[in-house]
Amino acid sequence: MTVTLGPPLTDAPTRLLADPTAPTVRRRLRPRPGLLAAGAYLILLVVAAAWPAVLAPGDPLAADPLAVLNPPDAAHWLGTDHLGRDVWTRVVHGAGHSLTIGVAATVLAVAGGVLLGLLAGLTHRVADEALSRTFDALSAFPMLLLALLFIAVAGPGTASLIVAIGIATLPHYARVVRGQTLVVRRAGFVEQAVTFGQSRPRLVLRHVLPNVVGPVPVLAVIGLGEAILAAAGLSFLGMGPQPPSPEWGAMLSEGRNYLQVAWWISILPGLAVTATVVSLTVVGRHWQARFDGRRR
Amino acid sequence: MSRPPVRAVARRLGAGLVVLWVAATAAYLALLAAPGDTVDNIVADGADTPQIRAEIIAEWGLERPVILQYLDYLRRLGGGDLGRSYLLQRPVAEVIGEQIAPTLTLAVAAAGLGVLLALLIAVATAGDRRPWLRRVSSGAELLLVSTPPFLIGLLLLSVLSFRCGLFPVSGDQGIAALVLPAVTLALPIAGLLAQVLRDGIDKALDEPFVLTARARGVRERTVLVRHALRHALLPAVTLAGWLFGILLGGAVIVEQVFGRPGLGQVTLTAVTTRDMPVVLAVVTLSAAVYVAVNTVADLAYLLVDPRLRRS
Repeated sequence: MTVTLGPPLTDAPTRLLADPTAPTVRRRLRPRPGLLAAGAYLILLVVAAAWPAVLAPGDPLAADPLAVLNPPDAAHWLGTDHLGRDVWTRVVHGAGHSLTIGVAATVLAVAGGVLLGLLAGLTHRVADEALSRTFDALSAFPMLLLALLFIAVAGPGTASLIVAIGIATLPHYARVVRGQTLVVRRAGFVEQAVTFGQSRPRLVLRHVLPNVVGPVPVLAVIGLGEAILAAAGLSFLGMGPQPPSPEWGAMLSEGRNYLQVAWWISILPGLAVTATVVSLTVVGRHWQARFDGRRR
Repeated sequence: MSRPPVRAVARRLGAGLVVLWVAATAAYLALLAAPGDTVDNIVADGADTPQIRAEIIAEWGLERPVILQYLDYLRRLGGGDLGRSYLLQRPVAEVIGEQIAPTLTLAVAAAGLGVLLALLIAVATAGDRRPWLRRVSSGAELLLVSTPPFLIGLLLLSVLSFRCGLFPVSGDQGIAALVLPAVTLALPIAGLLAQVLRDGIDKALDEPFVLTARARGVRERTVLVRHALRHALLPAVTLAGWLFGILLGGAVIVEQVFGRPGLGQVTLTAVTTRDMPVVLAVVTLSAAVYVAVNTVADLAYLLVDPRLRRS
């Protein structure tokens, strides 16, 4: 006799009794093709960024006036653009630009966020209040507009993109670190360290910092995807590396005028962005799930 | 009937004002940090004589101490005066007022469509009923959230406009020209919102009140929509501010892709020509609307959830 009553009130023990292959067990054994594919793509991406010649030996700027707007074929297997440049070579060489901007912006945001978050969590209430309101104010600007404001001041280019995206994503990390710091500073081991007369810098570096930054790497992986997405958007608007640089967003913007006759120029670099962000999110989420599981 | 939570409301309004002030100040600092002399920026390519320079300095009050200029800026901002465009020599409020209609139309259409899609997806895939459907839609949502909006736009253009000729390629004439931009902007919104809503519904389905409703013999669809979805909508409201940011930032890109006039074009032109008053106004205005939206959402929360009134 089966009566559907919805989920049982206490789920874990009943579920284990009812179903020997409960989700927890099954999850550990199931192969994860998505995760593997994401990891493989990211490794490929790092290779493309560090040694682009391994994957595409050609010159990303070499124009060939005899092979303009060629569709994908054996010689140019992602086709050529309006100047006869090989799209595959440009996409591969573009990985370096996108990764550099994304990683640098994320490193900047994480470093600034950890520093300011610690400061807000450890100092006097007034300073905390001031910093917290600043984080609030920074996140009140839509990210793209804040970045545009910065670019209006500093001018377009790779460095501007890095700083702009770094500033726009910083409050996110700062808030997390501040929250963690407020918890950790009241913890027994910190009090004990104070009782033992440890100096303040040593206290912060040895006892507070390591216990505060736990969730940051996971956030940073997912944040890296967002930073790369934002960078592509800004360079699509012409605010990033200037042509003829093979940056993905800039390639899309260049290829857009030929969309009707040659979709491959703009669609393929766009798909590279999507694949990068999806892979980072998949890896980040998996890591997050494991991290949460370990903490529980 | 309890007495109205005056203090909680006042605290939230105050916090909103402080955030606005800090945002306006940050924007002003950006203006100060801009390289090159303000006078140079205003003169631009126009006639450049010492006399004209002196006139400009007097007209814009640039000879006064920075702190006075800052206070003056705040005072004018408080009165709704957004300044004058260097480039167009017109009040910024006028420039923005002229261009806001197409952007607003786009944003409202996209938000409506996005929220509707998210609701449909979330209700269709929540619960344990169809695991395969759930996996497919999770994948689709991840893809939508991770795809740059301009790629979605270009894909739609390339397939529906160029291949099938269903929609115009650019412009803002009529409903047909609005469809693709609105869909482009709505898809990432739907992707994220659907994830949040489904999580909320799943959580609500585990609550005792759902069991009670089922025990009363309420139909599953009614349980889902009337009881679980209602609960899940609450946390989704906190995303209102985020939604607004996406709409505005996305509109800049989508307007560029589809060649639509609007606030995005105004902003981009201002950024590339360093017309700082316009950039500043757009950025400050968007922060103001964000704060307003979030404050209203917070207040709505207070209204709905009595537990929050005490803290």
